[in-house]
Amino acid sequence: MEALNSISINHYLVLSGLVFTIGAIGVLTRRNAIIIFMCIELMLNAVNLSLVTFSAYMGNEAGQVFVFFIMAVAAAEAAVGLAIVLALFRNNKTINVDEINLLKW
Amino acid sequence: MELQTIFFWVLGILSIAGAVGTITAKNPVSSAMALVFHFFMLAGLYLTLQAEFIAVLQVLVYAGAIMVLVIFVIMLLNLGNEESLKEGSNMRKVAGYALGSLLTAALFIMIILSDNKYENLPASAVDVGSVEVLGQSLIKDHLFHFEAITLLLLVAVIGALILARRKETEEKFRSEF
Repeated sequence: MEALNSISINHYLVLSGLVFTIGAIGVLTRRNAIIIFMCIELMLNAVNLSLVTFSAYMGNEAGQVFVFFIMAVAAAEAAVGLAIVLALFRNNKTINVDEINLLKW
Repeated sequence: MELQTIFFWVLGILSIAGAVGTITAKNPVSSAMALVFHFFMLAGLYLTLQAEFIAVLQVLVYAGAIMVLVIFVIMLLNLGNEESLKEGSNMRKVAGYALGSLLTAALFIMIILSDNKYENLPASAVDVGSVEVLGQSLIKDHLFHFEAITLLLLVAVIGALILARRKETEEKFRSEF
């Protein structure tokens, strides 16, 4: 019951781990390329939460600066990844990752 | 009960619900909406950690730019629901959930057994999550990484343009010169 009355660092870390594994399960079980991309974003956000937690509880701002960089990298990755999905769809008419299994057709 | 406690539990449970909604929704647009909801709950969690700059950036960049791009692409491709007939084998789903449970258990054990030195948020005079402190740290200590991120964004824009262009537009462009 003491765990319910005050929030320690472990609460945030367990939440971050849970969101990370939910994202990992999503990447492993879904076959739509865009949904897989969204689950990767889930995992990135879980790591962001963990970094901000450590930064807040230790009083060090380097964790939040790193989160700033991770967000920039995630935005760049989103642009390029979705362009790849568009090009894939244009050539294969499907983005089901089970069916995109030929290197050259 | 403190305010941080109430907000943590409410926002934490809702963010888990958003994450589960993302991975289990059949319609990709429902999945994207659940992810946007999850991002807003995460922004609230950042606010409970007194990281206001990161909370605002989360809403602006993730929910406001990346998810808009994702929804554009989903609408552009005009995807239907993920068909259950061509569903991957049961083996894949069982393996996925089994590995996920294993990862959850491993992370949980590691966190609980770790050396717990940080019990409460430090009541420090310097506000770590404020814009001033983060801006100073960014420009003074991490200037090179900041410029490298600039270069990365430029490369990403050019790369996205090249990857997504159509070939017939290119030939038509060339034939006019």
